[in-house]
Amino acid sequence: MPNFIDRRLNPKDKSIGNRQRFLKRAREELKRAVKEQIKSVGIADVGGGQNVSMPTRGVSEPTFQPAGDTGDRERVLPGNKEFSPGDRLRKPQGGGGGKGGAGTGEDEDDFQFSLSQDEVLDLFFEDLELPDMIKLSLKETLTFKPRRAGYAVTGSPTNINVAKTMRNSHGRRIALRRPKQAEIDALAAEIVELEKKPGAEAKERLAMLQAELDWLERRRRRVPFIDTVDIRFNRFEQQPLPNANAVMFCLMDVSASMGEREKDLAKRFFVLLHLFLRRRYERIDIVFIRHTDEAHEVDEETFFYSTQSGGTMVSTALEEMLRVIAARYPANEWNIYAAQASDGDNISGDSERCVSLLSAAMKYCQYYAYVEIIDERESEIFARTDNGTSLWRAYRTVNGEWPNFQMTRIAKPGDIYPVFRKLFAKQSAQHQPRK
Amino acid sequence: MTKSAGKLLFDGSDWNFATLSRTYDAIEEIALGELKLDIYPNQMEIISSEQMLDAYSSVGMPLMYQHWSFGKRFVFEDHLYRKGRRGLAYELVINSNPCIVYLMEENTMAMQALVTAHAAFGHNHFFKNNYLFRQWTDASAILSYMEFAKKYIAKCEERHGTAAVEAILDSAHAIMDQGVFRYRRPPRLSSEKERERARERLEYEEQTFNDLWRTLPPSTRDQEEAERDASERKKALNLPEENLLYFLEKTSLILEPWQRELLRIVRVIAQYFYPQRQTKVMNEGCATFVHYTIMNRMFEKDQVSEGTMLEVLQSHANVVFQPGFDDPRYYGMNPYALGFAMMQDIERICTAPTAEDRDWFPDIAGNGNWRDTLLDAWANHRDESFILQYLSPALIRKFRLFLLTDNAGDNFLEVASIHNERGYQAIRAALARSYDIGANQQDIQVVDVDLLGDRQLRLRHNVKDGVQLEETNRDATLRHIRHLWGYDVSLVGVDAETGETLYECSTDGDMM
Repeated sequence: MPNFIDRRLNPKDKSIGNRQRFLKRAREELKRAVKEQIKSVGIADVGGGQNVSMPTRGVSEPTFQPAGDTGDRERVLPGNKEFSPGDRLRKPQGGGGGKGGAGTGEDEDDFQFSLSQDEVLDLFFEDLELPDMIKLSLKETLTFKPRRAGYAVTGSPTNINVAKTMRNSHGRRIALRRPKQAEIDALAAEIVELEKKPGAEAKERLAMLQAELDWLERRRRRVPFIDTVDIRFNRFEQQPLPNANAVMFCLMDVSASMGEREKDLAKRFFVLLHLFLRRRYERIDIVFIRHTDEAHEVDEETFFYSTQSGGTMVSTALEEMLRVIAARYPANEWNIYAAQASDGDNISGDSERCVSLLSAAMKYCQYYAYVEIIDERESEIFARTDNGTSLWRAYRTVNGEWPNFQMTRIAKPGDIYPVFRKLFAKQSAQHQPRK
Repeated sequence: MTKSAGKLLFDGSDWNFATLSRTYDAIEEIALGELKLDIYPNQMEIISSEQMLDAYSSVGMPLMYQHWSFGKRFVFEDHLYRKGRRGLAYELVINSNPCIVYLMEENTMAMQALVTAHAAFGHNHFFKNNYLFRQWTDASAILSYMEFAKKYIAKCEERHGTAAVEAILDSAHAIMDQGVFRYRRPPRLSSEKERERARERLEYEEQTFNDLWRTLPPSTRDQEEAERDASERKKALNLPEENLLYFLEKTSLILEPWQRELLRIVRVIAQYFYPQRQTKVMNEGCATFVHYTIMNRMFEKDQVSEGTMLEVLQSHANVVFQPGFDDPRYYGMNPYALGFAMMQDIERICTAPTAEDRDWFPDIAGNGNWRDTLLDAWANHRDESFILQYLSPALIRKFRLFLLTDNAGDNFLEVASIHNERGYQAIRAALARSYDIGANQQDIQVVDVDLLGDRQLRLRHNVKDGVQLEETNRDATLRHIRHLWGYDVSLVGVDAETGETLYECSTDGDMM
C-alpha cells in the first residue's frame, strides 16, 4: 500500500522568490523592454499586465559548449528513404547543428514572458522619480465598500439578522407543532386543580394529564425554539465605490519642432495623468487634439505617429477643446482634465488669445496641466521661471489666477512628476470626485 | 454490461483516492508478481499544474535552494505553458528512498493508472537496480541532503548577502558539467553528523589562521629541484583532475569555508544527476515498457475497460512517436521510442527469434525468458553499452537508421552507412557512441598550477575529433572559473590524438 499525499493545498508559489530574483537581475533589460512597449501601446493600456520579450543577454548562463562549425562528427538519423552509402548531400545553410544535431538546446534568445501589472508599473515609475506614497496609491485598485447583499446561513454572530431568524423559527415551530407555552400552562394548571380533588376518577385523569404533559415537554425539547437551521446572517458584498466619469484631453503641438524625444516625453506625461485618473474614475474618455496652425481631434495612432507640417497656433487647439466640451462633455456630468504638451513655440500674437481661451476653459476643467518640453541643455538657461517662450509667459498669468492650473518645463522623465504634485496633494485633502 | 464489469477497477475518467489505491494494488500485483520488479517504497503525491511548473523549474527536486536561474527557467516554462506551446509532463519521479512520484491533478483516471505503472514501478525499479544509480547516488540521503543545502544556502544569504552567494553559485553553475567524477568513485554523501564535524573543523581552522606562516622566507633551490617540485606538486594536488568544481573547492586559495561548501553542494547535485543523463534511453524505455506491459495485462484480466485502454494506447503512441529526420517535428532520437522499441525487441528475440537474431544474439535468442533478460539488461547497462549490446538489425531496419558523417572542412555530408548488411555494425556503434556522455562532453582538466609561483590555473581541453569550444561561452565560463580561483586561468586546446596545440586562451588581466 503506497503512501498517497495530497499536495494540492500546499502553497503554489514556490517559484515566486526565484522569479523575483530573476526580474531583479534582468531589471535593466526589462526597463528597456517596458519602455519600448510603452512607446508602442495605447495610453490607456499602460498598467495592465504585459508581455515583454527580452534578449537573454544580461541573464545568460555560460557553460563550455561545443562550437557547431568545428570538428568531425557522426550522426545517426532515423527515417532513411532514398539514401545509399556514399551519397553526398550539401550541408544545410545557416550553419549550426544542422538537422536536430544540437537536440537538447532550447532556443532561448529573445524569450517572452508576462509581467504583472505591478511589475510593469514599478518599472514604468522607476525613472519618473515618483514618491513611494504616490506609487502605492497609483497601483491601488478600486476602493470597496461593504454592501448588503441578501442573507447567508453562515457568518459571524454580530451579523445575525434577528427578524429573519425569528420568522424562520416561527414557521418551523408551526410546521413541527411545537407545543405552545399556553397549552402547557393550561395543562399544568389543570393538574394542580386535579391534585386537590380526591377520588379514583380524578386519579385516572391526573395520570392521563401527567402523561400528556410529559409528552408535550418532550416534544418541546425535541423541537427547539430556535434551531441552527433558522439562523440567517446578513450577507455583505464588497462593492466597488461608484465612480463618476472623466474625460482627459491631450493637447499636443505636432509641428516639425516636436521630435521623437519630445513626443516620447509627452506620451509619458499623458500616461501618468491617465494612470492617476484611472484610479479615481471608473470610465475615462481620452480625447486627442493635435494642432499645428489648425487643430483636429484625432485618434491615438495619428496623434503620436503621424506628422503634419505647418505653423504653430496654439489657440486653435484650445478652441477645438472648447468645442468638444460643448458638444459631448457637459461639465456638469463629466470631470474634465486637460494636459497640454508643447515645445513652447507659438505664432506671435496668438498667446494672448490663448490666455483668454484658457481662462474660459478653466471654468470647466478640474485640472489643467501644461508642460513645455525643452532641450536638456536649455534647462540651465530656463532655470528661472519668469523668462521663456511667449506661450510660457502668457500662461504665467493664468497660473496665478487658477489654483488648479499647473505648468512646468521638462527636459527628462524625472521632471514630469512635479507637474502632478499639486494634483496628488489635493487628492488626499479633498477626495470626492464630482458627480 | 458484461459480467466483467464487476471486476473493473474504475470506470469513467474521474479519480479519487479509493480508485487510485485500488489501481495501485492491482498494478503492484502484476509488477512485483509477474515482472519481478524490485522497487523502493512509493510515496505518491498529487499536485496541481502550478506546482508541477514549480517542480520543473527547480530541476524536479522537491527541495531546492533559491537562485535566479530557476526563476528564469520558471518564467520560460510558464510562458510556453500559458501560450499552449507545451504541455506539462503527466508525472515527475524523484530518485529517492522512498521514491517520490508526482501525479498531476488534471490527469484522468486512465492516465493516473498509466503514470503509476510508468513512474512508480518502471522508473522506480530502474533507480533501485541500475548499477550506475546504485554505485553513484544515494537515494536515501538525497532528500535530507537537499534540505541541508537549502537551509545552508539560506543561512549564507542571511550572513553574507544574496549577491555574494549568487556570485559564487553563478560561477559554480557554469562549470557544473565539469563538476562530476566520471571514473573515480565519488565520496559517499556523509551523514549530517559527519558534515557537522567537517564544518566545525573548518571553523576552527578559520579561527586559528595565522598569517605569519606566509611570511617565512622561501628556501633557496636550484633548477633541477624546481622541476622535481613541479611533478611533486602535481602529485600532491592529484593532478590532472577532471572534476573542476572539486579541485576548486579543495584547492582554491581565495574561497572562504562557506563558499567551498556552496561549491560542494553544486557538485553533489551535479553528481546526483549524472547517472540520469547517462541512462535516458534505458530509463524511459524501461518505464515505458513496464507501463505498456502492465496496462495490457490489466486489460487481459478485465481490470480496465476498453475505453480506458484506448486512452492509454493513444497516449502511449504519442510518447513513443519517432518522426523521421526530415519531419518538421524531428528533434533528435526520441529516447522513449528507442528505449521502448529495443526492449520490445529483446522480448521478441527471446521468444520468437529469427535466424538473423540467432546469429547476432546467440546468448539470448530463443531463451524464452525475456523477463530475466530485461531485468539483467536494466541492472547492468547504461545507454551506450545497452545500445551497443542489444540494438538489433531488425530495429535498425524498422527505424531506417542511417549514418551521416559531417566534417567541418567539407561542404557536403556523406551518407556512410544505411540499414543494410554492411551498415549494421557501424550504425550501432555510432549510435551507441552518441549516447556516451563521457566521450561527448568536453574533456577539460586541471593540469597544473604553481601555488607558490604565479598561481595561474592551467586547464587543458583534450579536443576530440577537432570539436572545439564556442568562443563567447568559453571566455565567459573561464571568467567564472577565474572568479572562483582568484588568479589567472588559462585554457589550452590540445588535439587528443596528435597532441598538437589547437588554441590557447586565458583570462589575463581582465577582472570580472
